[in-house]
Amino acid sequence: MTADFLLSLAQAITKGLLTGMVYGLMALGLSVIFGVMRVVNFAHGEIMVVGMYLAWMGFEYLQVSPMLSLPVIALIFFGAGYALQRAVISPFIGRPEHQQFLLLLAIAILLVNAYLVVAGPDSRGVQMESQFDSYELGPFVFDAVRVHAALTAVVIAGLLWLFFTRTRTGKSIRAAADNNLGALVVGLDVRRLYAFTFGVGAACVGAAGALMITIIPVTPFLAAEYTLLAFVIVIVGGLGSMTGALAGGLLIGVSEAVAGLLLQPSLKSMVSFGILILVLLLRPQGLFGKSGP
Amino acid sequence: MTGRKTFTRRRLGHTAFGGAALAGAALLGAPLPLREAFAQGAPANLKVGLLLPTSGLQAQIGQACRRGADVANDVFADMKMPVKLEIVNYDTETKPDVARTQAEKAIDAGCHILVGAFDSGQTIAIAQVCEQRGVPLVVNIAAAPQITEQGYKFVVRNFPTAPMLITGALSLHKEIFKISGKTPKTAVLMSVNDTFGTAMINGIKALFPKLDMPYELVDTISYDVAAKDLSVEVAKAKATKAELLLPVSRLNDAKLLVQEMVKQRWEPMGVLNPGAPGLYEQDFLKTMGKYGEYMISNVPWLDPKSAMTQALEKRHAAKFPNDQLDLNGGFTFEGVLIAAQAWLAAKSTKPGDLMEALRKIKIDQHVMVGGPIQFDSKGQNVNIKAAAVENLKRKPTVVLPLESAAAPLVFPMPPWNDKRRT
Repeated sequence: MTADFLLSLAQAITKGLLTGMVYGLMALGLSVIFGVMRVVNFAHGEIMVVGMYLAWMGFEYLQVSPMLSLPVIALIFFGAGYALQRAVISPFIGRPEHQQFLLLLAIAILLVNAYLVVAGPDSRGVQMESQFDSYELGPFVFDAVRVHAALTAVVIAGLLWLFFTRTRTGKSIRAAADNNLGALVVGLDVRRLYAFTFGVGAACVGAAGALMITIIPVTPFLAAEYTLLAFVIVIVGGLGSMTGALAGGLLIGVSEAVAGLLLQPSLKSMVSFGILILVLLLRPQGLFGKSGP
Repeated sequence: MTGRKTFTRRRLGHTAFGGAALAGAALLGAPLPLREAFAQGAPANLKVGLLLPTSGLQAQIGQACRRGADVANDVFADMKMPVKLEIVNYDTETKPDVARTQAEKAIDAGCHILVGAFDSGQTIAIAQVCEQRGVPLVVNIAAAPQITEQGYKFVVRNFPTAPMLITGALSLHKEIFKISGKTPKTAVLMSVNDTFGTAMINGIKALFPKLDMPYELVDTISYDVAAKDLSVEVAKAKATKAELLLPVSRLNDAKLLVQEMVKQRWEPMGVLNPGAPGLYEQDFLKTMGKYGEYMISNVPWLDPKSAMTQALEKRHAAKFPNDQLDLNGGFTFEGVLIAAQAWLAAKSTKPGDLMEALRKIKIDQHVMVGGPIQFDSKGQNVNIKAAAVENLKRKPTVVLPLESAAAPLVFPMPPWNDKRRT
């Protein structure tokens, strides 16, 4: 192996890790919601695309960088997620899975059509000077936007971990996830906790959307692809596990980057799905998931 | 009692209805060519059916094409052409089946000649209708060779075939190297993996040995047309250490490609587009800013030295101040111009007369780079020449052929941080 090839490989792995961190953040929202409420959010990608559009609008009409609009978007998403759960999703908890699937699919279709009405079919992207920047460290070149996005994703994941392990609400959510009946017996307001969880999950997805718009432009039909990607990540990492979502994101990010280098770049998605099939065959609960009772 | 008949309002109504019904029945029962004659009558104006994908996936380009036709009558007036066309727009919705239906609708509505339809698939569908109905079709943009290879009698094409596009583009590379005195030794081809990209890759690979190119193609990297990230692809291309990049791109991937090149600090001698869209498009130039400068696209382009081009540019800028006039608008304008000249020569709107005039046509004054518009026995204009269009001061500018050049060629491309990039 030549030095040039090893350098390219190291570069691809680094790039994959950076992208993987954003993927991880995106999948985190899906995993948190499922882990607590046992509801699979099939409108996950569509919700993230709303975040992308909001960040784009902030940039286009108010000249605010997506990095700066991110906290506002996360807050809006928290509120919207909370309200959506209380008003629409809550009645479906405990109902057959196909009903939940149809409900969230309907929400996804409504959102896609709303983008088309509001923003039209064209791709919308933000154009910042930093999108052409990179950091040089010895022979390595790091894409500035990806570094910023990855660092922000790590900070958000850290805050989320602190929330779930250090705050009373976070601990209550975990308690409700572990033992729903027990939580009800000790007097926890489980319905409110569920809505809070959905809000937190939506805030993660909104934040991921604001980060994602700095990397790729948004189109109304982007969502389905990212819903699928988030599913691959959480299934590989372990549905319901936060560590699994982050690890799955990194694994998929790196595998896509390395596959693109070693095989044809157009075959990189094939490798992600190959990993998914392997995990489903060898460890169906995912790398960090708990096996069923 | 007299046998005199009186006309009451009811009787008049019956008679009129009966007459109309009789005429309608006669029209429906008449043989097809006669039906066309009934439908077309002998109007004073030439009615042109313009079929373009103004909605759907190709909407943006379809609308760019349409803008060229929208100013055609004004340009004809500026050029003192004694002609005013009735142009009727039909949306093909970027679907061949809709293109076919719309072509039938246009002919039924009395269009004497059709112009369209940007895309090969849609154009083939329209060509089949035109052939069946005996109405001439002037192809504005469509590169599939079979359009003029299937023996159609009512089709002419004023756009190069895919092999003509590639041959023209690669031949210009040699001219660029000759004029600049710099010849790269290696090149990497990066391409979208859709039908167009695959056809271009296959065409380039097939024609490459025949054209005796001075550089070696060291790698071909294909990627998905909907790619969201080209970092790995660019890293791979950079690792080949190729001196030249040949991108076969669309708009969005062209932007991603250049962003990644800048970020990964890959500075080849040049970026030479061998006939694809992307690099010369308005949105690319606007969003890439100084990094979009000095990229060269070898494509058919508007001849800035032609008086008619200048008139077209003036009218286009006045009517569409926020839109750039490019080859899509140029070729569509020429499609309408060909229809107008055929009508002037034929002095008739009858399909046979128009087609006869099209076969003999020779239009010296037009807008695209190349010789006079003339069609060979297959209906193909073989006088279209590729131009080297370099992005200079945020505008695609013809730098070759020298007789049409609006600015001198800059090659090799200045580095990303060069002060010439402002």
